[in-house]
Formats: sequence, structure tokens, C-alpha cells
Amino acid sequence: MTQQHVYIQGTILNEETRCSLADLCALCGVSTEIINEMINEGIITPEGPSIREWCFTAVAIKRVQTTMRLQRDLRINLPGCALALDLLEELEELRHLTRCR
Amino acid sequence: MRSSAATDMEYKDYYKILNVARDATQDQIKQAYRKAARKCHPDVSKDAHAEAKFKEIGEAYEVLKDPEKRAAYDKFGAHWQEGQHFDPPPNWDAGFEFKGSGAYEKDPGGFSDFFESLFGHAQAGGRQQAHAFRMKGEDHHAKVVIPLADAYRGARQTITLSRPAVDDNGRVGTSPHTLHVLIPKGIIEGQRVRLEGQGLPGYGDSPPGDLYLEIAFQEDRLFHAEKRDIHLTLPIAPWEAALGASLTVPTLDGQVQLKIPPGSQGGKKLRLKGKGLCSANHRGDQIVTLQIVVPEPTTDEQRRLYRAMAEQMPFNPRAGLER
Repeated sequence: MTQQHVYIQGTILNEETRCSLADLCALCGVSTEIINEMINEGIITPEGPSIREWCFTAVAIKRVQTTMRLQRDLRINLPGCALALDLLEELEELRHLTRCR
Repeated sequence: MRSSAATDMEYKDYYKILNVARDATQDQIKQAYRKAARKCHPDVSKDAHAEAKFKEIGEAYEVLKDPEKRAAYDKFGAHWQEGQHFDPPPNWDAGFEFKGSGAYEKDPGGFSDFFESLFGHAQAGGRQQAHAFRMKGEDHHAKVVIPLADAYRGARQTITLSRPAVDDNGRVGTSPHTLHVLIPKGIIEGQRVRLEGQGLPGYGDSPPGDLYLEIAFQEDRLFHAEKRDIHLTLPIAPWEAALGASLTVPTLDGQVQLKIPPGSQGGKKLRLKGKGLCSANHRGDQIVTLQIVVPEPTTDEQRRLYRAMAEQMPFNPRAGLER
């Protein structure tokens, strides 16, 4: 009964998470060109004054990963992904509000 | 090579899965697939089984979109029921040559035993083979539903995920994968925990992908969370609201005493600092919303008390409605 398991401690992606452009590319398995296209489309917005100092939030990481899946699985183009992400976010807020009522 | 070792295999009704007639045209099948894929996509759907459903419709489409695979599948006839025990008759596939076998468009590891025994296993590497022999494994995304108390205190969770595994012959099947994970204190809904190297295996000698666990909260009878704040509706008696009181209130940290100031109205919010979901650098509070509950008078004496109140307390609750 008293079997000892090794518990893994992951990295929490929370409101304090910030990663560099290189980290973001590595985490999501994409090139800087793809990230630039997503920035131009308004899917993600970097913080920081210059590319060297750019940093990205946990929300940005998630949006990039979701965009990659939507493109792969549903063949949605970049503007379509931007729209889908915004609508999904709004839907999530509304669902939360109705749950709280 | 096709395996005939399926022991307990269930028939899959691919037409039913895509919700199309058996005589649907290829165009109708494509449209049905695209519609279903949009609806069941795990990033879009809130259904807890969205991932499995999405894989299932991908598998159905893989067969029905290919006229040859579809014709072979159709040979089993229309009398099979979804989920029925199924053994393919010997040489059922004589005369068919399946194109693209071994390199499927969709994640091959996710396909059912039914599919794999009919149309063959994909080689490890699947659709990525054409791009690079060495390639980091794919990331795996899963949702974990935890009680609020676990988010408040932090917890140990054991989770089991079904994921593709490669056997000694380089064939892909699914196997359960059990993980013991520390859920950090103060995690909130929608946040994720990244477990490096716990995703799908890499190709060649490349590293595996990562596992992302997204946190969701179980419905709680008393509390609900909004970001870091925990909300509780506290029913109080009219005299507690009017005269003030010190009440015992449940929190995720156990019972605490809460002072209700005299003259409190229903809907008033009181804050219990630090009793929400706190992380190292962020504080959450418990927000208590007062709800005044009026006792129903059941005896003459009780009705007399209400009448005495009406006489002795000149009070117009609708003063604000006057124009």
C-alpha cells in the first residue's frame, strides 16, 4: 500500500511566465518567421522595446500552439486563426459568467 | 504488414461516425468530415472526450476518403453494429492494394485496433518521415480536473494518459502512460503545467515532446473561483444583517470568523484577505457575498413580531423607484 512514487514537478505557465523569442520558437517548434507572421496578424504581441528584449507571456505560448494545431487540423489560415482565438477567448469568458450565475 | 492478432476488436461504423449515408458521395464525405472536425476539435470543443472523438472522425475519414479503402471496408456489409465484436474474414482484402499504407496523414498512433488490423500499422515516424528522419516528438496536451482545495494547498495527482508507443518491430500502438505529478499551490483555472520530455516519443534518437497539463476545477458545492479569488454566497438572517454579527464562515483553509457590520444589505461583499488562491507572488482573496434570507412566520406570535416591526420602523424599501 505504501508504494512510493516519484512525483514530477513541471514548469508552471502562469501570469509570471515570460520567455524570449528563441524560447518561444523552441517551445512551440516553430521558426522566427512564423512568430513574426503571427505578431503581424495580431495573434500575439511581444512585450519589450526591441527584438532582442522581446518577451512573451504564457498566454502567447498557448496561442501559438493552438494556432499551429488549428492550421494543421482544420486548415485555417492565419487571419482565420486570429479570429477563432479571439472568439474562443470570448466564448470562454461567457461560459465562465454563466457558470457563476 | 497487417496484423491478424486482434483479440477483442470492436466493429467501427465509419459512416455513423461521420454521420453520412452508406451511399454518400466522396464530396459529401469530405464535407461531413470537415464539419465534424471543426465541431470536435479539442481546441474548440468543451466536450471532455473531444480528443478521442476528433481522432475517431479522422480515422473514419482516412478510410472513407480513399475509394479503395472504402470499397474494401464496404465489403463487410451494412449489418454490422458500432461496437460489435468483429473478426475480419480471412483474405477479406484480396484484390485491394492500399495506397499510402504506413504513412497516414493523421497521427497514426491514435487509430483504433479495428483500423490497424484492417489497413495496417503505420511505421514509427508516420507522416513526418518525409521531412526529417530525426525529429523531436510531438507535444501532448491534456486537461486535468482538480478540486479547488488541491489548487489552494497544492497536491499530488496521478494521471493516466493513452498515448502512442512504438514496439520492437517499429509498429505503433497505444499504451496507457501513468504519471505522478505535483500540482503547485495557487495554480488557477486555465493555467498549464509543462512537463518536459513527457510528450510523445521522438523519431530517430531525437528527444520526446513535452506534456502540457491544463488545469480545470471541479464544480464545488460552496465555492467558485474567478481567477485567484474564491467566491462564497453567505446566507444570513435579517437581524444579523441589521445588528451585525460574528459568523463562522467556511473557506478553503477551514472555518474562520467573519464580522458582519451592522446595517449590512443583501449583496454586500466582504473580503477575507489571502483566503483565495495564492502563489508565491500573487494573492487571492475570498469574497463573501451576503444573502439575506427572510424567515417565514409560521405562528401567530411570529406574525405579530413582523407586524410590530412594520409599525415601529418607518421604512420604504422602494424610495429609490420614485420619479
